[in-house]
Amino acid sequence: MLHIKCPHCGMRSQNEFSYGGDASVKRPELNKEISDQDWDNFVYYRKSLRGKHWELWQHLSGCRQWIKVERDTATHEIFKTHKASEDIS
Amino acid sequence: MTQSFRLENVGLINRDKKLSFKFNGKIYYGYEGDTLASALIANGIHLIGRSFKYHRPRGFFGAGVDEPYAIVQLYRNGETEPNTKATEQELFEGLEATSINCWPSVNFDVGAINNFLKIFLPAGFYYKTFMWPKSFWYKVYEPLIRKAAGLGVASTKHDKERYEHKYEYCDLLIAGSGPSGLASAYAAAKNGARVILAEDKARFGGTLITSEVNIGNQSGKEWAEGIIAELKEMPNVTIKNRSQVFGYYDHNMLVMSERISDHLPKTKKFHPKQRLWYIRAKEVLISTGSIERPIVFGNNDTPGVMLSSAAKEYLKVYGVLVGRNPLIFTNNDSGYETAIEFKKNGVDSIILDTRKDPQSEIVNEAKNLGIDIKFSYVVVAAQGYKKVKSADIAKISDDKEQLGAIKNIKCDCICVSGFWTPTIHLASQSGNKIKFNEDIDAFVPGRSKQNEKTLGAANGIYTLEETLENSFETGHELSKKITNNDNKISLPKVIEKKSTTHDKFWCVPLPRGKNYKRFLDFQNDVAVSDVEIALKEGYRSIEHVKRYTTLGMATDQGKTSNLNGLQLVSSIENKIVPEVGHTTFRPPYTPVTIGAIVGREVGKHSRPTRKSPIHSWHEKNNAVFVDAGVWLRPRYYKRGNETLFEGSKREARNVRKNVGVCDVTTLGKIDIKGPDAAELLNRVYTNAWLKLPVGKARYGVMLREDGIVMDDGTTTRISENHYHMTTTTAQAANVLSHLEYYLQLVWSELNVNVVSTTEQWAGAAIAGPRSRDLLKELFPKCDVSNEGLPFMGYMEGDLFGVKARIFRISFSGELAYEINVESDNANFMWKKIIEVGEKFKIQPYGTEALSTLRIEMGHVAGSELDGRTIPYDNSLEGLVSNKKDFIGKRSLNREAFISSDRQKVVGVVPLDKKTSIPEGSHLVKDSKAPLPNTKLGYISASCWSVEYDNPFSLAILKDGKNMIGKKLFAMSPLKNKIIPVEIVSSHYVDPKGERVRS
Repeated sequence: MLHIKCPHCGMRSQNEFSYGGDASVKRPELNKEISDQDWDNFVYYRKSLRGKHWELWQHLSGCRQWIKVERDTATHEIFKTHKASEDIS
Repeated sequence: MTQSFRLENVGLINRDKKLSFKFNGKIYYGYEGDTLASALIANGIHLIGRSFKYHRPRGFFGAGVDEPYAIVQLYRNGETEPNTKATEQELFEGLEATSINCWPSVNFDVGAINNFLKIFLPAGFYYKTFMWPKSFWYKVYEPLIRKAAGLGVASTKHDKERYEHKYEYCDLLIAGSGPSGLASAYAAAKNGARVILAEDKARFGGTLITSEVNIGNQSGKEWAEGIIAELKEMPNVTIKNRSQVFGYYDHNMLVMSERISDHLPKTKKFHPKQRLWYIRAKEVLISTGSIERPIVFGNNDTPGVMLSSAAKEYLKVYGVLVGRNPLIFTNNDSGYETAIEFKKNGVDSIILDTRKDPQSEIVNEAKNLGIDIKFSYVVVAAQGYKKVKSADIAKISDDKEQLGAIKNIKCDCICVSGFWTPTIHLASQSGNKIKFNEDIDAFVPGRSKQNEKTLGAANGIYTLEETLENSFETGHELSKKITNNDNKISLPKVIEKKSTTHDKFWCVPLPRGKNYKRFLDFQNDVAVSDVEIALKEGYRSIEHVKRYTTLGMATDQGKTSNLNGLQLVSSIENKIVPEVGHTTFRPPYTPVTIGAIVGREVGKHSRPTRKSPIHSWHEKNNAVFVDAGVWLRPRYYKRGNETLFEGSKREARNVRKNVGVCDVTTLGKIDIKGPDAAELLNRVYTNAWLKLPVGKARYGVMLREDGIVMDDGTTTRISENHYHMTTTTAQAANVLSHLEYYLQLVWSELNVNVVSTTEQWAGAAIAGPRSRDLLKELFPKCDVSNEGLPFMGYMEGDLFGVKARIFRISFSGELAYEINVESDNANFMWKKIIEVGEKFKIQPYGTEALSTLRIEMGHVAGSELDGRTIPYDNSLEGLVSNKKDFIGKRSLNREAFISSDRQKVVGVVPLDKKTSIPEGSHLVKDSKAPLPNTKLGYISASCWSVEYDNPFSLAILKDGKNMIGKKLFAMSPLKNKIIPVEIVSSHYVDPKGERVRS
């Protein structure tokens, strides 16, 4: 079970969180023309990376904040965690 | 029977407490402190079961977790448990156990015919043979194999025992209480660290209990006892016996199974049987010791062939002789220790040492004691079927290839020592890159991935002094890092016998003309010849060889077999062992009961049960409950002998005719506040929200980004910047997360807060033509006329002194209202509604009537909004704004979603107006068409229309919009029904929606 540092609450066990996928995906702006291809990329296409990966987790059974976690998908090592408002590096 | 193999005055058992137990129906006696294995051996029982594949007789091989053979079916307090190791099961009064893998009995086993057919049962036999013909697998092969194989029978009864889970944190978790575990725990604890010390066995101390050493002028055992007594008194130490740390997971999370009651005849009141510990440790010390390795020779699976360390343990701990005429077969000094112990107790043994001329303190001691030692000698084969009767022995050449003349000597057991294998399972599970140590012919931990260190024998260090020194130091060092204390323990003086190097010999060659089975894996019956076949057939990767031959795949996970298997592959392949590699160690280290894994989350406790605050009223009024997500909701209120069908029809009719009341507390409620609340709703819902006036509710549909409907519900504008959103019961949690996602990550510029208020508000829906009359009496001061509170209107009211919210919304399609009060007032509200409503013939209605009412009105709900449909499919396209953007809008013009024959919700009526259509039935054009019959749609929800008194269903149907009036068939192969139906409008009752506005 992973041990995730919530930037708001501190170290917490994985079972307090729910996974939210790739944190680098940006939702296209509202009311803006977008090609089918770009929209499909946003809705469906995700990279399945081996290695460092910024991903979203929600501290569901805690502060309910969505956070950004930099995790190695192969080793589960967690390098950094950010608040939702912080940009990923 | 008497305990004829029990010695007087030797061992740690409690001779004052004699225990009786049954094995295979026969009564025997043992003592408190025995294991089932030691008690059986004391009674001279060595035949305990039959092997997995060939059904060869099985005895005891080890004395602990490494035991591959002695697996029994255990009976305790009316319960039964398979896969119990007799070497681990402590004896208790009234214990009962039976053999497994044998039918009709362990002495006469029909399956043993496999042993004579073994030529036909080589590696991969099952794969090769039972493939053909295919149809035979389920009917013939599998049942036969199942009957013949297995490690016992799982109980099909409900397990009455309780199992608990516990979460714990510590500075240091130490797995194993042998010399390294005790020393490191002691050093760390003295330095102020929070320590958990776990010991798998009932007795602490590991090898210190049985080895002849001296620490600080005490025997090893006395020293261990002193340390343990001191540790037990320390507040910063948790010390647990009967506790197996079986898994090392990510981020230093380890899981331990504590057997609290397994050693007792009956679990004490209020005690669990087992407890599963989830331990998050800052540092982990692995002091799991080592397991003796067997040497491979002919018939080395015969009962009576066992590890020499096990023989020593049976003698020293339990006072039990494994034989009176032992033969010791060793390639190192450990076998001598066993021989010396035998000698001390008046039993003469013969030592066969594969080494030519070993010189060490222990060898000399054995020589001085006059023990018969034969150097450069090996056991070629054990003889005897159900028990060793003699051994064929021979001299072996220096190159270990040639056997001398074979002679047969009498013996009743063969104690084998092929040196020691470090128990590196936990280290390997942690991600440690294990490496091969040539000196000990075994793998040891290498580079760590997590905060873990391995000490003592588990790290390939086999001398006590070095082990203690390292362990004291490591315990001190790690604790210092955490506590910043610097209390150091000085190393006591250690006296131990020096031993010399072992012989890298592991397998006795076959004598010419003999084809003895030489087993590598004793539990899965994998012999040298099986691995040879696998390699001949082209298997190269050790992982493939493992799976093909099942080597190391039994419940003992190859604790005694892996290394010899690797040695064999490497010698055939002419590679060195590290090149062959090793298979992966996976948790659990030893089998864990399903009960312990599940814990308290059994049956109704597998998830929380949520109840409305009005629940007890429902109970008192004969509600029959149904699970609605995690909620319990009244399905109908039973009157007399009413069935669900009759009761729900009565309740629904009463809503259509008079007035009904339904507990809708379970609906999800989200409070939305902030200046940008309207903007958020406008982006989340498909319809327009910016112009909703205060005091008005609106129905809305929200989509996922892929255009699929996520949820629906009404949202009411309570005040300028305050909205009250309702969601379906099932989606409440997801919708809240969904809103939080967009507010926190996507549109953080919006100034809005959302919070769940599902539990803060209780809700009652009152529906029916007389609901306004009722409302007038409930809220005499409010103008609830059609003008004062129009459809989709909202007002606040005073319900006999209680603040209430009144919404004019309808799910039933009737004139209807929903009243919300704070949950504490729920019962007050409900009772008032029932009391006042009496004169309007009010009846409470449950979810079944609720469904009936919404289905015949054509209101879509969860069964249509099932995560596969878009607004159009649900005839909700009128709610999709083309003037603004919202979540999922861009997906709605995907090709499939705009195709002209897109599926759409329709109504379905059986032509005979009598036959109910099962939900899930397929709609087809031709009921007699050959399979696969093209499916045009499916029945999503069915009810008995109370308005028309005939069955009515909703369906999602291809080209639904053009299908009204068409005749199709509803087919349900599950219910074996073919029903001719007519497609009608989904709005079966009141299609113009006049009632809700009346």
